Formats: sequence, structure tokens, C-alpha cells
Amino acid sequence: MRVRKLKEWLIEKSILLSGIFSVVFVVLIFLFLLREGLSLFRGESVIDFIFGKSWYPISDPPRFGILPLILGSLLVTLGAAAISVPIGIAAALYIAEVAPLRLREALKAGIELLAAIPSVVIGFIGLITLGPWIKNLFNIPTGLTALTGSVTLAFMAMPTIVSIAEDAITAVPRQYREAAIAMGATKWQTTWRIVARAARPGMLAAVMLGIGRVIGETMAVMMVTGNAAIIPTSFLQPVRTLTATIAAEMGESVQGGPHYAALFAIGIVLFVITFLINGVADLYLHRSRR
Amino acid sequence: MSEISIETRGLNLFYGDFQALIGIDLQIPARKVTALIGPSGCGKSTLLRVFNRMNDLIDGVRVSGQVIIGGQDIFAPGADLLGLREKVGMVFQRPNPFPLSVYENIVFGLAVHRLARRQEYGGIVEQALRSVLLWDDLKDRLHHSALKLSLEQQQRLCIARVLPLKPQILLMDEPCSALDPIATLHIEELMQKLKKKYTIVIVTHNMQQAARASDRTGFLYLGKLIEINETVNIFTKPAQAMTENYISGRFG
Repeated sequence: MRVRKLKEWLIEKSILLSGIFSVVFVVLIFLFLLREGLSLFRGESVIDFIFGKSWYPISDPPRFGILPLILGSLLVTLGAAAISVPIGIAAALYIAEVAPLRLREALKAGIELLAAIPSVVIGFIGLITLGPWIKNLFNIPTGLTALTGSVTLAFMAMPTIVSIAEDAITAVPRQYREAAIAMGATKWQTTWRIVARAARPGMLAAVMLGIGRVIGETMAVMMVTGNAAIIPTSFLQPVRTLTATIAAEMGESVQGGPHYAALFAIGIVLFVITFLINGVADLYLHRSRR
Repeated sequence: MSEISIETRGLNLFYGDFQALIGIDLQIPARKVTALIGPSGCGKSTLLRVFNRMNDLIDGVRVSGQVIIGGQDIFAPGADLLGLREKVGMVFQRPNPFPLSVYENIVFGLAVHRLARRQEYGGIVEQALRSVLLWDDLKDRLHHSALKLSLEQQQRLCIARVLPLKPQILLMDEPCSALDPIATLHIEELMQKLKKKYTIVIVTHNMQQAARASDRTGFLYLGKLIEINETVNIFTKPAQAMTENYISGRFG
């Protein structure tokens, strides 16, 4: 009896510990980011950092303005959202409401497979096939542009959006559909006016999480966007994102130097953005469960 | 009998190999309350769902025979399914208002069937809510979520939202089974008021409810219509021994 109690106690405490650790790790990561990144602001103002128009980290004197990077990330993300949100939501509606059972299972498996493709592979495909195609289509000097990045990343956001939105749609109680159909609504009217409305919080969460994934994505985007840290004026220009900058330059920066600190400061900016997006998504998910 | 609202002739219904309704012949008079009673699984809900063809949603359902509503066989090829459901409203066992506002719940049918212009919506909403005696309670909460209402209010709203379609028939599938006894009485009173304009068919497992609230009662058993007559007759001098056994609580 005593042994069983002890065992129970041990299991309970070890689970508690794991729970605490997962939070502690996040806090530690954030503190580490702060410690490394904030030292930049001894010599640089926050305003100059965020709104500075030039990113020349190794010129003399170096200039650490990340506005081009923020705009690069923003442009690529907006483009990816514009492509993946309508397609993703439509696909989720089709899978949840229209597709016959066997097709539904096949499609869901396909979506999961898409999620399992490593980002470097998607980036590679974007580089080899999409890049030249966009170059020829628009007759521009390089195919590595914000648009290429957007299309590539849309593929990466799609599985998240489809699977979470599909869950939200499937969770809409059957009685709502029955009531609408009993009033003589067509399938489409029922789906659009009732089911999609009822699932809206969950679908918004799906979109936010998809966008969160796009903003944080590094490898694929580094391969296909051309990586020019200039303020973009169109989708057909090379851009550089926040994430790609960190990945590309971390190796060549001097540890503890201002360039190194600036890269960590970019990390803080990314952390804050993703945190906000996930927070909003969470809010909607909770609202949809209520 | 006066004007007939629903008539079935030799109606059979199969779920796959299982025959759920066997040779049903009945006539349901207009502007009366007709109750369908019988033990669980006797086919009373299935029969109710024949009248607005909600059984079509289930895979493997086959129907033979005729069901005539408004002079048309509703199972004839090319029958207007959406029009039928406009004409035949349904209220479900559990109140199921849409997760929208009270107002949006009521205008849903109008929007779906394009029955009125937007300027007319306000008046129609008021009239529908007045018909179910909800207007005074809800006139200041029209844009609140319908899910925040009490169960009784939700069920009244579910009745109200089919009224703007100007149905001739209201089907009610155990509409009080989720409600407390007081709310049940209120809904029964409402049915008495509504039957002046609508033909009401109610499925109930509650024999007292059938006795209190209906003008005619049909007793179903194992997919067959055993007997249908004036409610008074069914409950005082049923023609069939089986009916008597059921209403006196010997089985069911």
C-alpha cells in the first residue's frame, strides 16, 4: 500500500516537473534572447533599429536598420496568406462538408503528408522549378522574389490551415445543419451561412497559426527570396526576411559584437510577433470551445 | 373530415433491408394538432421526417407509396424539395437555434428563400416573435446570441424562425423532451394558439401530452399505424386491443 502511494506520488511529481520545465525553458530562451540582444541598444536607439532603412552590418560604421527585413517578412507573409487562406479554407470546407468519406480520408492523409515534407525540400523545389518559371513569366532578371517566397510558403501554411479549420468545421454540431436543411436551405447555403459562421473562431485560429508558421519559416524562404536587404516596392523584387537574416549571418558575426547582438535583437522582434499571433489564435480557439 | 393537409397512401420506408414503415395510410386534417404516439423505435419520428423528406439525409433510405401535401406527391420525380421544406416547418427535439443572434435566426429563412426585402425584415421579426410570445422578453436583445436564451426561449425561437416562411404545416419532434414541466405546458399552450393558422403534427413519447394537446392521435407499433382517431376516442374507447394496452401502460 505504501509502495503504491509512493509510486503515485513520484509519478505525479515527475509530471508536474515536466510541466514546469516546459514553461521554464521558454522563459530561459526569452531571457537569453534579451540578454544577448539588448546589449545592441547601448549604442543604438530602438527607433533607429526598427525604422532604420539600411541594413549594412559589416560596413564601417555598421548600420542596423531592420525596416527592410520587417517589410520583407511582411510582404512574403501577406502574399503567402493571400494564397493559402482562401485555398486552405475552401479545402477544409470541401473535406469536412462535401467530400465522400473515402475521398475525405485520402485528402486528409495527403494534407498530413504535405505537412511532413521538410522545409528545405519545399525550398529546393521552389528554387528549381518555381523560380525560373516566375522569371520567364514576368520577364524579370531573377526569379528569386517575394512572390516566389510567398508561393513556396503558402505550401507550408496550407496543412496547418486546412487541418485546424477542418477540425473546427467538423466540430459544428449536426443539429445546426439539420435545422438549416429542414428550413429548405441548400447544401451551400447551409455550409456558408451556418456552418462556416459557427466555425469562424476556429477558422481564424487556423489562419493565425498558419501565418505564425510562415513568419517563423527560415530555410525555404532563404532559398527562394533572393536575400537582398532592400525596402521592397513590389512582389517581383528580391527581399530578405528577418529569419533568413539571422540564419545567413549568424555564422559570420563575432560573438558578443554589435552584429551578433543585432541578430539576437531580430530574434526578439520575431519572438514578440509570433507570441502575439499565437496569443490571438489561442483567444479564438478558446472562444470557439465556449 | 374537413380539409386534408397531409395524406399518405401505402407508404413504406426502408433503412437498407430494415422496413421502418409498413403500409401507412393516413389523413391529417388541416389546422388541427395530430399527435403520433408509440413505443421507441415504432417509426413515429421516421414518419414525421417523411413529411419534409428529412430522411433523405440518411444513406440507404428508400420510400414507396404516396405522400400528398398540397395536392402534390412529394416523392414524385422532380418534386420541389426546397419548396416542400419551405411549406413544412420542423421543430426538433433539442432546441437548436443557430449560433447567431435572435434576429439572424429569424431572418435566415427569408434570406435563404429570398422572400422579403431587407426593409421588411424588422417587421417580420417582430411578428414572428409575437406569434410565439417572445417579443416582450427579447425585443431589447434581438442582437444577442440565441444560445444565451433559456431552453424554453430557445425552443420558442426555433418555432418562430420557421413562421416567416409562411408554412402550412409544423412538424414537431418531441419538442418538449428537453424542457421542464412548466415550459412544456407553455409550449402546449402555444400549440393551441398556433393551430388556428397551421397544421401541427407532433411526435411525443408522453401520452399525457398527446391527451392534453392534440385533437387527433395516431398510434404506431413496429412500423405499422395501428389506429388513428379523435384523441378522445383513442384514450377512452380505442378500437384495437394493442392501443388500449399501450395507453394503459401495459407495455411501451
